[in-house]
Amino acid sequence: MSPIKDPVSAEPATQDPELLRRLLRAKDRMDAASQEEWPVTRLARVSGVSEAHFARSFKQAFGVPPHRYLLTRRVERAIALLRDTELSVTEIAFQTGWNSLGTFGRVFRDITGDSPGAVRVRERAAAHHLGPVPNCIVSAAHRPNLTTAVSEKRRQVPAGIIGSNNEPEAS
Amino acid sequence: MSQGVEVVGLYVRDQDEALEFYVDKLGFRKHTDARNGNYRWLTVQHPDQPSFQLGLFKPGPPVHDDGTAQTLEAAVAKGAMPPLVMVVEDCRAAYERMTARGVEFTQEPVDRYGTVDAGFRDPSGNGWKMIQSRR
Repeated sequence: MSPIKDPVSAEPATQDPELLRRLLRAKDRMDAASQEEWPVTRLARVSGVSEAHFARSFKQAFGVPPHRYLLTRRVERAIALLRDTELSVTEIAFQTGWNSLGTFGRVFRDITGDSPGAVRVRERAAAHHLGPVPNCIVSAAHRPNLTTAVSEKRRQVPAGIIGSNNEPEAS
Repeated sequence: MSQGVEVVGLYVRDQDEALEFYVDKLGFRKHTDARNGNYRWLTVQHPDQPSFQLGLFKPGPPVHDDGTAQTLEAAVAKGAMPPLVMVVEDCRAAYERMTARGVEFTQEPVDRYGTVDAGFRDPSGNGWKMIQSRR
């Protein structure tokens, strides 16, 4: 069925629904707690498959390797926190599961094509399109960036995380 | 006579298993269970919604060829079917009750936008959001 065949893969073209259901369980667990560490041993145990088969089966089922999927979910959560909260980029990096701000910035840019600071500005500018989001959240998103202390910004800028076109300090 | 949607169906991997799940674990009632050869029309109903039935259908002949049935079953098992939403009076109480019955939750109750929501899956992989009604 699949026109592109991985020459090193011995996986069948169609996967057993019972296996897929168990792989979905691992994906659900990553969705529920993407800030946690999800080594293949842990994921394979959730799915009840061997470690050797897990990564390949997961990629075949969901199109991306499990670790890449996890990083994508973490970045999605980080984007939501950038948009909806006043947390600093550093706090968001640690809350979403990164041990290093540098790795967070690199992966974030790799996935979104932009820095966390620039994404924060862009997401907030687009926030008025979100119909179902209650007014209090929308207005919080439009609030001038008064809660980010100057000292905090000074800390963030050398880390190369905040884009140069940052929001004004007060307006 | 009232007009409107009467039945919306889900694909499930096993109709007996699905019936047990929706009736015994979620509290639905069996509405119709009619067989014709190996075709089985099976619907359940929420006790508070007498005008609506949820169909529990298994992909396969005579409606689907083997390849199509396989594709549909894979999509269900991957959680790729459209989202389903259930409204409850008290999300946390429902979560406790359903967890005790062995429902597989994918998301614990979370306060959001002035209400509470949680997520669970049926045995086949269909994903439900459970949202507390606004008072």
